[in-house]
Amino acid sequence: MAETREAIIQIRGLTKRYGNKTAVDGLDLSVRRGEIFGLLGPNGAGKTTTTLMLTGLTEPTEGTAFISGMDCVREPMEVKRTVGYMPDNVGFYNDMTGRENLRFTAALNGLPRAEAEERIERLLLRTGLEDAGDQKVGTYSRGMRQRLGVADVLMKDPEVIIMDEPTLGIDPEGMRDLLRLIVEMAKKENRTILISSHQLYQIQQICDRVGLFVKGRLVACGTVEELAEQTREDSRYLTELCVTPADDRLRDILRDLDGVCSVGREGGRYMIGSEKNISDLLAETALKNGYSLVSLRPCGNDLDEIYRRYFEKAGHDNGSSNGKIKRFISRNR
Amino acid sequence: MWALFHKEMADHIRSRRFLLILALVAVSGFASLYGALESISSGTDTDFVFLKLFTSSGSSIPSFVSFIALLGPFVGLALGFDAINSEQSGGTLNRLLSQPIYRDSVINGKFLAGAAIIFTMVFVMGGLVSALGLIVIGIPPSLEEVGRIIVFLLFTGVYICFWLGLSILFSVLCRHAATSALAVIACWLFFTIFLSMLAGIIAAALFPVNGGWEGLFNLMDNYKCELYLNRFSPYYLYGEAVTTILNPGVRTIGIVTNAQLEGAVAGYLPFGQSLLLVWPHLTGMAAMTLAAFVLSYMKFMRQEIRSS
Repeated sequence: MAETREAIIQIRGLTKRYGNKTAVDGLDLSVRRGEIFGLLGPNGAGKTTTTLMLTGLTEPTEGTAFISGMDCVREPMEVKRTVGYMPDNVGFYNDMTGRENLRFTAALNGLPRAEAEERIERLLLRTGLEDAGDQKVGTYSRGMRQRLGVADVLMKDPEVIIMDEPTLGIDPEGMRDLLRLIVEMAKKENRTILISSHQLYQIQQICDRVGLFVKGRLVACGTVEELAEQTREDSRYLTELCVTPADDRLRDILRDLDGVCSVGREGGRYMIGSEKNISDLLAETALKNGYSLVSLRPCGNDLDEIYRRYFEKAGHDNGSSNGKIKRFISRNR
Repeated sequence: MWALFHKEMADHIRSRRFLLILALVAVSGFASLYGALESISSGTDTDFVFLKLFTSSGSSIPSFVSFIALLGPFVGLALGFDAINSEQSGGTLNRLLSQPIYRDSVINGKFLAGAAIIFTMVFVMGGLVSALGLIVIGIPPSLEEVGRIIVFLLFTGVYICFWLGLSILFSVLCRHAATSALAVIACWLFFTIFLSMLAGIIAAALFPVNGGWEGLFNLMDNYKCELYLNRFSPYYLYGEAVTTILNPGVRTIGIVTNAQLEGAVAGYLPFGQSLLLVWPHLTGMAAMTLAAFVLSYMKFMRQEIRSS
């Protein structure tokens, strides 16, 4: 597995300014071959700009980006041959069928006709669109479009796939299919995948590493566990406990437990802050006092919690933006 | 680029919009043919009868030439007004550009596909009208007439391509297809209708002709001023050129004094001379087309590709 450690995407000091607004500010990043990397951040953090710069669609103001050793600015044609880009709201020609759209992509990539037909057939089957292939794209649902987008990206058999908000606005089942496809592409075919998203939950499921992107800067980068560890140092363990029946008595009992710093109650949900992990103790206490346990969940190991803490650390004193982020997180829960 | 070119061609041919325009042009072409035949059969002039198919008008129907001059722009702008911005709003542009093609091949492919469609349509239309006319009047065209008709069709193609270029320019400039359609229709109306009025007003203001002796002296300048202003409009330019090409009786464009006409032998102008007379018009129209295209090309190449 030595070759899988090789960095296929290398970004150094990448900067993009629009007028005096800096969209991406000195981004350093390297992604290894066969890895699924999640680029996370709220809207307007510069994720899309980064993906556009990687595919050579926008020129960076400063810095360099290399994909498989090719300069994204100097050799965009070579880069475009090995990089598949799936934009957000991927668009197709609505008055053409799915198959025709793929055929067009094949023609743009200069694939020989026979090979293209064979590949289209295979990809339609793989993305579950074999029945819809001859329908006009205008009649497709959003999930189908997204899957057609995956097929479209795979038409050129890319080494690197860059996806911009691939999971936006599709239903849970479509999401599952899409995520399965993405994992398959990375693990079975050893393609490198860079996903930009603000849907933390999905990203957490499939990404090997994530980077948090705030206001054009990469504030943190690593596996989800690493990020959780990084933020844990300056915050307490937080455990969510749900029981029936819920009353204030339990709150007082929990508060008196050893190592518990705070207890909050919201209906049947109790949020317990503690100095160390005390899940066992909490469960035991609840059961012993005649409550039946509905759920017990350590908070803070999932991305949105990490995300929130990073924002708090970044010092969002500005009330409105804080509210926005909270809304943003609650939306994605 | 050829993949794009083929796709655009296929799109145009299959689109309902194009079929509609084709029907419109065909109907007006045949109507004008009918009118021309009517006036030819009642006329006594037998020189260059075949060319009269295109130039003469019936009692109530304008001639083929004037129909094309009026409707031709419509064809061009219908083919081009949403060339770039529909790709942008449909989200297909960035997908397209992430394929291994150069950015300019998108706009080149679109323009070339439109131009190919236009030239095909124009020549087919011209051929159809000639063929029908030949069947009805039964007089075969002379070689000179064929040459004149081919040059006329070439002019028409270039003329419509100018409008295609202009509409593509607006499709790059405007984010919404509706805006660019409105803008280019406004241009069309301005050039075909208002510019001639405006030219008259400006010429009258600069060189008043209703003031006694002074007016008499201004007459020439007034006319020239109006003519030159009018020639800014491709519509006027096209009309002037085509009239000269299709009517060998036109010996000169612009103003001629009596002194210059003295001693001239009345007769028809040879084909070569007619061509010489309208050569600047062709150059001018080709230059305008190129200018429109180059502007849109430059703008497109510098544009930021953001879907939002």
